[in-house]
Amino acid sequence: MIRDHFRILVVNLSSGKGQIVHLDGRNTEVGGSGLAALLFQKYGLPEQSWDDPAQPVIFAIGPLTGYFPLMSKTVCSFKSPYHNQYTESHAGGRSALSLCFSNLDALVVVGKSERLCCLSVSSRSLDIKDIDFMRGMDVDETGKLLRGMSKGSGHRTILRIGPAGENGAAMSCINVDTYRHFGRLGGGAALGAKNLKGIIIHGDAIFTMPDNKQYNKLFAEVYKQVTATDMMKKYHNLGTPANLQGLNDIKSLPWRNLQATSDPAIDQINGERFATDTLLRNSACSGCPVGCIHVAYIREMFTENHRYTFKQVAYDYEMIFSLGTMLGVTDTTSVLNILDEMEKAGLDAMSGGVALAWATEATEKGLISAKETVVTLTFGDSDSYQQATEMLGGCSNDFYRLLGQGSLKAAEEYGGKDFACVLGQEMAGYATGEVFFAAQSLGFRHSHLDSGGYSYDQKHSDQDIGGVTDFLINDEAGRAFMTSMVSCLFARGVYTNELLGDCLSSVGYPELATNIDPLGKHIQKLRWQTRVASGFSPDAITIPKRFFKIKTWKGAIDPVYLNNLKKAYGEAIMTLAGNNHD
Amino acid sequence: MKKLTAPKIDRCIGCHSCSLACARLVHKQISWDTAGIRIKSSGGLTTGFKANHCLACDPAPCADACPTGAFSHRKGGGVIVKKKLCITCGDCVAACPIDAISQDFSGAVYVCIHCGRCVDFCPHNCLELEDIPMDKDSRKEVTA
Repeated sequence: MIRDHFRILVVNLSSGKGQIVHLDGRNTEVGGSGLAALLFQKYGLPEQSWDDPAQPVIFAIGPLTGYFPLMSKTVCSFKSPYHNQYTESHAGGRSALSLCFSNLDALVVVGKSERLCCLSVSSRSLDIKDIDFMRGMDVDETGKLLRGMSKGSGHRTILRIGPAGENGAAMSCINVDTYRHFGRLGGGAALGAKNLKGIIIHGDAIFTMPDNKQYNKLFAEVYKQVTATDMMKKYHNLGTPANLQGLNDIKSLPWRNLQATSDPAIDQINGERFATDTLLRNSACSGCPVGCIHVAYIREMFTENHRYTFKQVAYDYEMIFSLGTMLGVTDTTSVLNILDEMEKAGLDAMSGGVALAWATEATEKGLISAKETVVTLTFGDSDSYQQATEMLGGCSNDFYRLLGQGSLKAAEEYGGKDFACVLGQEMAGYATGEVFFAAQSLGFRHSHLDSGGYSYDQKHSDQDIGGVTDFLINDEAGRAFMTSMVSCLFARGVYTNELLGDCLSSVGYPELATNIDPLGKHIQKLRWQTRVASGFSPDAITIPKRFFKIKTWKGAIDPVYLNNLKKAYGEAIMTLAGNNHD
Repeated sequence: MKKLTAPKIDRCIGCHSCSLACARLVHKQISWDTAGIRIKSSGGLTTGFKANHCLACDPAPCADACPTGAFSHRKGGGVIVKKKLCITCGDCVAACPIDAISQDFSGAVYVCIHCGRCVDFCPHNCLELEDIPMDKDSRKEVTA
């Protein structure tokens, strides 16, 4: 699938028909993030609502997908139900290689099915099945049924949504192959608005290997780097949960709705504890030998006489933060049980946990009660959180329906905006300081992976607004190129520009190989232009007061610095997008 | 004589590096399917993985089924493949009791030739290339 253009399948669920589109732009928009933005500009309606049936949901891969290790992710872009603006969410699993082996650079879904449906594609087929009988079905059960209804075991991806997505929750996710997710900013609802419960992509295409002696040699070198050296060890050993202890130690781990940044109870739910007590096995995305997916087990006696249920749940740093420390839940099994409910509901576990943390503090302060939450929410009470999660996904009353749109939406109705831990969307688990708070608030995906702000905070205590702004903008450009490949960002230490250039040359993309920096900047600009056209304004995003009240290893947050930094970063973004007319 | 085995397949993480290596290095292709070893989830991702590959039957039913001699019996088990003789009938695919042979859309078939080039690409050492002890006068494997 090395080609000088993009090959796209556009499926219209209203008509039930698809169309193969050949699109120019390989040497400018590259793939992944760049291609997704290009496709949204072609098919998207920036000024129309996110749930307009004509809005596209886009899945895009890159020029190295399937050809090198860790080029194993897919970019999903759509107009977000969370902020009604253009966004991206990234996931791995088998999604990327399935698209690659379906001979597609991207799949674009437009229109709306009359009834709940499942879309199946391969390199030689397109099928839309009525699955209205699955309405309201949880993610787990949906996956089991879709597996049985489709062919290609092992060589397919199964994307599906749960009740949260069907109900339009802005924190609903798209589950990818059970253990991965297009998690943030409401991709689940974007599919739900189309009555699209599942997408099965069967990768059955065959491509000729690049006619270049360097290719196999280079592949072996990259493979050796990612498996035989320590470079990737942190991801497959304890995995990202290793960071819990470290961040707690430097007073940067949010606890109980960010009322604290450190707690001695961390030793009950740190990475070591999860690995020792709950880790069942590791799993991997297709094309990635690192295997960073940590699958835990929960064994519970559900009746007397030793009748047990057995569940497997994949955990990461972010979920232990959002469903553990943020909710004051300090035993591993309880965290996993809440996570399992999040998975079944099809909720973004990060946003869901942070939203429930806000609801708990709002309960403590008397702004809401069991009249709204049905169960009384108390920090540390995992049983209540499990029940609340099901109600959140099910949008079971006005309160949960509103909370599912975001903590700030609920706070506007019930009060408590000051302590809603929202930085553009519900926060990621890094209370590292001013740089991260500004970076997530205005970051393109409102993700800690948009740029290295959280890392910068941990290495610098000086206040350098110009230097930080330059760092965030430049770092984002490099990542924009990586997410156009589409590489797992865990591999950013391995794939230097030089190595990426060699890889691109070896498969037949010499022009991309020699223009990495300018292409990264071009894609960064294109993405921001697309976002701005759909309504982004840095001034519309405020940082809640809670973030100004905390202490990190650097001391108390400096409110003047944080505000000035956010302002400068916002201006830099708008200048970059060509929209700053000051 | 060598034979590919997967004695530690319970360690498999499902990365498909072995399949991709076989397709790339043996068949000069980029594919999940055109490989002599293919990884599948064993009844859903929650139940682990299994590797579909030739178990070196002796005699091999696929070779018996082949009408043109494209597949012939390999000493010690498994088959010797002569692609030029293949008429893409697929009889070998049907004859294999464990679904170890795949057939692409053009009809070409892919089976493990026990070369072991996939072994180095398994990050968890699930795969091994074993020596098959041979009886001097027979193609049969020596049993204990």
